[in-house]
Amino acid sequence: MIEQIKQREEKIRWILTFCALSSLLFLFLIFAFILIEGLPLFYKVGFSNIIFGFKWAPTKGSFGIFPMIVSSFLVTIGALVIGGPLGLGCATYLAEYAGKKRKIFLKPALELLAGIPSVVYGFLGVIYIVPFVREVFGGSGFSLLSTSVVLGIMILPTVISISYDSLMSVPRAYREGSLAMGATKWQTTWRVVIPSARSGILASFILGMGRAVGETMAVIMVAGNALKIPSSILEPLRTLTSNIALELAYASGDHRLGLFSTGVVLLIIIMILNYIANFVIRKKVIK
Amino acid sequence: MRIDQRFTDKFVKLTLNLQAIFTVGILMIIVFIIFIKGIRHFNLEFLLTFPEDMGRHGGIFPSIVGTILLVLLSLVFATPLGVGTAIFLTEYTKETKLTKIIRFGVESLAGIPSIIYGLFGFIFFVIKLKMGWSLLAGALTLTIMILPTIIRTSEEAIKSVPKNFRMVSYSLGATRWETTTKVVIPSAAPGILTGIMLSVGRAMGETAAVIFTMGSSLRLPTSLFDSGRTMAVHFYILAREGISMEKAYATALVLVLSILCINVLAYYYMHKVMSRYS
Repeated sequence: MIEQIKQREEKIRWILTFCALSSLLFLFLIFAFILIEGLPLFYKVGFSNIIFGFKWAPTKGSFGIFPMIVSSFLVTIGALVIGGPLGLGCATYLAEYAGKKRKIFLKPALELLAGIPSVVYGFLGVIYIVPFVREVFGGSGFSLLSTSVVLGIMILPTVISISYDSLMSVPRAYREGSLAMGATKWQTTWRVVIPSARSGILASFILGMGRAVGETMAVIMVAGNALKIPSSILEPLRTLTSNIALELAYASGDHRLGLFSTGVVLLIIIMILNYIANFVIRKKVIK
Repeated sequence: MRIDQRFTDKFVKLTLNLQAIFTVGILMIIVFIIFIKGIRHFNLEFLLTFPEDMGRHGGIFPSIVGTILLVLLSLVFATPLGVGTAIFLTEYTKETKLTKIIRFGVESLAGIPSIIYGLFGFIFFVIKLKMGWSLLAGALTLTIMILPTIIRTSEEAIKSVPKNFRMVSYSLGATRWETTTKVVIPSAAPGILTGIMLSVGRAMGETAAVIFTMGSSLRLPTSLFDSGRTMAVHFYILAREGISMEKAYATALVLVLSILCINVLAYYYMHKVMSRYS
């Protein structure tokens, strides 16, 4: 009887271990297959011809994705410029200023923003933001500016929730100490609370950037998808993600491999951002 | 000087308040626009009829069925794997090198953008495993995508179960597995359910990962190997190809309202659970 129970417990332990290892297996598979498909072209065409090449004409043997790397970088910075301060402001209000009643309403409402599908953001961007940019600033409206605005809104939930958590984890004694010295609420928030939470806030910005770099459908709809480096914020652009999504459905042969090479570059950028964010958060914990 | 400070303080408070209101306002405006524009073209017939002429006329019945099947199938795979992982991490090991690596894996999966999932699902499930554009390929891809959410929320939920519960169970002679299934999981169930509901919302709204794995056939999927078109993909195609703005708004209405309802329910539930233990 006891033997049987022991055996069963042992079996269950194995099954659970397998479950836990499955995440690692999936991660391995994703990397393996993206790399297997994406790397050969780097050898064939040449690393620098892809990374620093300006011309993307995959059916004619040109696989330059430099403009897309720059564009992805630009929309990410744009998103951060718009979403960063606004998100931090919301988080600060929630953590330091909002009363309990208001918080109970505001916090879930802000989290619901994360639930709205990215295609809906893209669609409303096309219907409202693109024409607005066209009327007010000129150009076609499909532009770096429109994309930054849409992405800036989309990263808000990430920025808010992580900044909020790090603001809340600042010990109460810090605030009380500052207030006791005669500092005002804002002096306390700005000089004591925000500096103490800075690593978490920084991490929220970096994770927000990760979200912006990886966003696809909304970007396709508002960015205009032109194959060049935009020379002003009113010009259209094409990011790494949209390049993949726009062409994958009909690509074949080297063309398809080129899209996987784009995926490799995207994956590396994302991993670096996540690693930095993790590093920033961990450093705080050790301290 | 003092008056200055007091003025700054008030001014800052007002600015921050406005920022919060502005952000919530964005949410309200999005929901409001979708509702007002969508409700005009929405009726029961829209939910229950097949689309005609690429979706220019008719309803979205196959898309609704496709979405439900895809989400349910993903949950069938992801829930046992995710909850199993969470149980392993919390109940069956101490913090070791292995758990650290597993946590790192889960975090990394959570950070991977959906288009990469789409690329992977396309090359692995659709092409290498020869599933074709199918419900199964889509569901397996989404399984990996929602796994981190389920693992993390389940872990939080299981951790929040008081230690005493386990001690009492062990002292009565229960084994680890009996304690887990009869004491820990039932107490953590609401939290786990919240995680599942949040991932349902995520799966329903997903486009990039689904369109390259499940395809975009307008027919009603009847087997695991049929292609199909979810509401999110249908909406994307209607809007991007300019097929019909009316139908696009009506589809968005169904999609957004279902996701919001599920998420509101999830947060409400979570709030209730959290107030129970604190």
